[in-house]
Amino acid sequence: MFHRLIFVAVTLLAVLLTVQGAAFAEDAEVLDAERQRVDVMKRAATSVVAIFGSGGGGGGSGVLVTPDGYALTNFHVVQGAGIFMKCGLNDGVLYDAVLVGIDPTGDVAIIKLLGRDDFPAAPLGDSDTLRQGDAVFAMGNPFLLATDFHPTVTMGIVSGVHRYQYPSGTMLEYTDCIQTDASINPGNSGGPLFNMAGQVVGINGRISLDKRGRVNVGAGYAISINQIKHFMDHLRSGRVVDHATLGATVATSQDGAVLVSSILEDSAIYRRGLRLDDEIVSFAGRPIRSVNQFKNILGIYPKGWQLPLSFRREMDGEIETKEIVVRLEALHRASELSLDRKPRRPPRGRKPPRRDENDLDRKSEPKSKKKIPEHLARFFIKKSGFVNYYFNQLERDRAMQQLTSWGDFSGLLGRWDLAGKTAQGQEIKIVCSEMAVGMFIGETAYLQQLGDDQQLIDEPEGTGGLLAGLNHFRRLLTRGETGFSEFYYLGSMPLDGEGERVDIVFAELNAAQSQWYFSKQSGALLGFDFWISDDRDPCEVRFEELREFGGRSLPARWIVRHANKEFASFLLDSCKLAPSSKPADEPALQEANR
Amino acid sequence: MRRIGGLIAFGLLGIMAANSAAAQQANSAIEEVQRRVVKIFGAGGVRGLHAYSTGFLISPEGHVATVWNHVLDPDTVTVILHDGRKFEGRVVGAEPQLQMAILKIEGEDLPHFELADAGSAGTGTRVLGFGNMYKVATGDEPVSVLQGVVAAKTRLRARRGAFEVPYDGEVYIVDAITNNPGTGGGVLTTRDGRLLAMIGKELRNSETNTWINYAIPVEGEFADIAEQIMTDRFRSSRDEVKRDEPENKYRAVDFGIVLVPDVLFRTPAYIDHVLPKSPAAEAGLRADDLMLFVDGELVQSCKELEAELGRMEEGDFVPLVVRRGDELVTVELEVPDRDE
Repeated sequence: MFHRLIFVAVTLLAVLLTVQGAAFAEDAEVLDAERQRVDVMKRAATSVVAIFGSGGGGGGSGVLVTPDGYALTNFHVVQGAGIFMKCGLNDGVLYDAVLVGIDPTGDVAIIKLLGRDDFPAAPLGDSDTLRQGDAVFAMGNPFLLATDFHPTVTMGIVSGVHRYQYPSGTMLEYTDCIQTDASINPGNSGGPLFNMAGQVVGINGRISLDKRGRVNVGAGYAISINQIKHFMDHLRSGRVVDHATLGATVATSQDGAVLVSSILEDSAIYRRGLRLDDEIVSFAGRPIRSVNQFKNILGIYPKGWQLPLSFRREMDGEIETKEIVVRLEALHRASELSLDRKPRRPPRGRKPPRRDENDLDRKSEPKSKKKIPEHLARFFIKKSGFVNYYFNQLERDRAMQQLTSWGDFSGLLGRWDLAGKTAQGQEIKIVCSEMAVGMFIGETAYLQQLGDDQQLIDEPEGTGGLLAGLNHFRRLLTRGETGFSEFYYLGSMPLDGEGERVDIVFAELNAAQSQWYFSKQSGALLGFDFWISDDRDPCEVRFEELREFGGRSLPARWIVRHANKEFASFLLDSCKLAPSSKPADEPALQEANR
Repeated sequence: MRRIGGLIAFGLLGIMAANSAAAQQANSAIEEVQRRVVKIFGAGGVRGLHAYSTGFLISPEGHVATVWNHVLDPDTVTVILHDGRKFEGRVVGAEPQLQMAILKIEGEDLPHFELADAGSAGTGTRVLGFGNMYKVATGDEPVSVLQGVVAAKTRLRARRGAFEVPYDGEVYIVDAITNNPGTGGGVLTTRDGRLLAMIGKELRNSETNTWINYAIPVEGEFADIAEQIMTDRFRSSRDEVKRDEPENKYRAVDFGIVLVPDVLFRTPAYIDHVLPKSPAAEAGLRADDLMLFVDGELVQSCKELEAELGRMEEGDFVPLVVRRGDELVTVELEVPDRDE
């Protein structure tokens, strides 16, 4: 009996201990998690920017993404704030900042804080890994509460991913965005949405509004950081960045398939074979089951990117699936994109804005006319078509830096004689001068006359204008910027849709355009695309093997493609570049002329 | 004693593992709930009335519980499942008192909530709210999910526009903004996905005029009535046509009221014209008046009006509230003798 009593007592004690031990353990866990959260938020807060217009009006939030001061925010925060603005960090210091680039369609802008090269930048996360229910927190300056620039933090969960929000006003379309119940309010605009590791996963910019006034009602939207990563270099180019269109629109059919509902016949996608009523199966590697999903994908890429698209067509009772790679076209005309001018209606049948969705803090105050202080003035160069040309020069020079190691071509305005063999073993000869570009492949001669009144042609036929493109190549090396009417840094993209990320320098002369691709890793010039006119497929030239010819470096292997077909690949074994132009001394060209 | 130590250690381990897996669990609980939640598209789209709401499956063969509102006015509404499958839904029963309507779609083996498993939660319980707020989800896109805690479990005192809401039973009040356009008919669950309540229509607190975030508990009356509707045993407190009762004693026309043609599932009770020298004419009712209350009861359709008037006793005086333009007008009707 006594033993049994002891047994009962011990059991009771054990139960008590278990319960108590568990309670302690749980507390420790909770406290630990809390401490961790506090640490993450403390670190995150250092990178959050309170943005004020130069006139002291308006205001919004932002987040530092590089140690040298580049910060992301919303376009609608900087709209009307002027080129120069004041930015507060949670160290209590107010910094000068300058506007770098804007993306009015995606509602993103990039600014640069000045005065330090060791700003506390926030790491960027991968927004595609977010799931419904994941904890997130927003930081910023809602209702402009923080006069000491300490950001407000609000926490919530991911309420939805891959959300599509119709354009508000004329642009400002939120595609593939993150929906959260973390409280986002006027003043939060442009501020970061963090995951619990303290990585930026989005830029907060919009809330659903209904009848309850301009305050959060449980649905806030953040632009995904993965979208912004696509545009980051474009934004740093000091330009107004454009989004893309496919040249085709889609609609859902009765049975839920997403079909092409209209298509422009001069679009690249039409040339790739897409037709009315074809069913879109996947786009950019993501399956398409709704119009929103299609718009979500289209909305996160800049124009010019190449994306895979697969579609299905019923032909004589048989279903055929095709996979193509399409180059995205510009959504807006250049005249529609500017910092201050109210953009005109977007082209190509965009939907009208919805009333109940709104970007926050849209401003209408006039631009400040204050004089720019001298120490700041050097960070701004005004040029038509650019937000801030200073940053374009900066990026262009950085991207092209490696080209100077090829040697000095500036005096070589005479006849260029290049020779080599094609992969099939045919002799190839190229002659370039200021008057014309000629070419022999085996016995066949080709010629492109140059000069203002000469029309550029697809020569050799099926290249998209290789000879005219060669002239751009020559001008790039001999004249650089001065060889073109337009010459600027465009941004970056994966080469040919899936290759390494390359910096793009854009050149234009007499309506012919070229894009020059520089490896972001090595700086090497990897090739170029050349367009005779913008309604045709480009001539694509890719370079391999840099070789020395007469003390200068030139690419030896050239691969020429057009409209998804390889035209030729050849290896140069001799390059003679003459220093001055003597029109009489061009027998090869005259020969080709005949 | 060593065994006891082992037991304690085992308990601790279990608790720690449970904690670290909590986040993972919330994600999969959300996925499980989403499979049972549907998007509903119906009437509306004008004058600030949204044409969409939310619902949740409560049987494998396609019964859907949702909020009783104008979205359900047409004969059929579009019900879209979590995977994007589109169905036609028909109202098979409703209990407006509980804001509840039950739809039926033609399906089988559908993922659903067992009404009998619905739980209850005390103040402070962490909860999730699911609903298609602002129609942000279409096709196979999952509806929005919000987190919050149960702030109170209390009786509802609310109004919609100028009218007191008839339901004054228990509701969960939550600190998340669960009640938004489109979220009515959505669900409130625990963090591990257990069904607690149905999110109601957007209402304001009748005392403070502030919007309230509330949900109507499923456990109890709601589940019982839903069960009865599904098994075809239910008669609503407000059934439009009560066929098994003795026939209505009066019809509107007996009062001199000619209503607009009853063409919709719920045609608003507008007066088409008033018969001269009738009680209605004497009381000053006019064409285009909208009948709102009969004897203190809200009437939401011609059918409801007929049912209310049908219950009157001769010689009574019935107070009526009608809307005339922007005004609310109160009149009193004398119930005529039946055997004239």
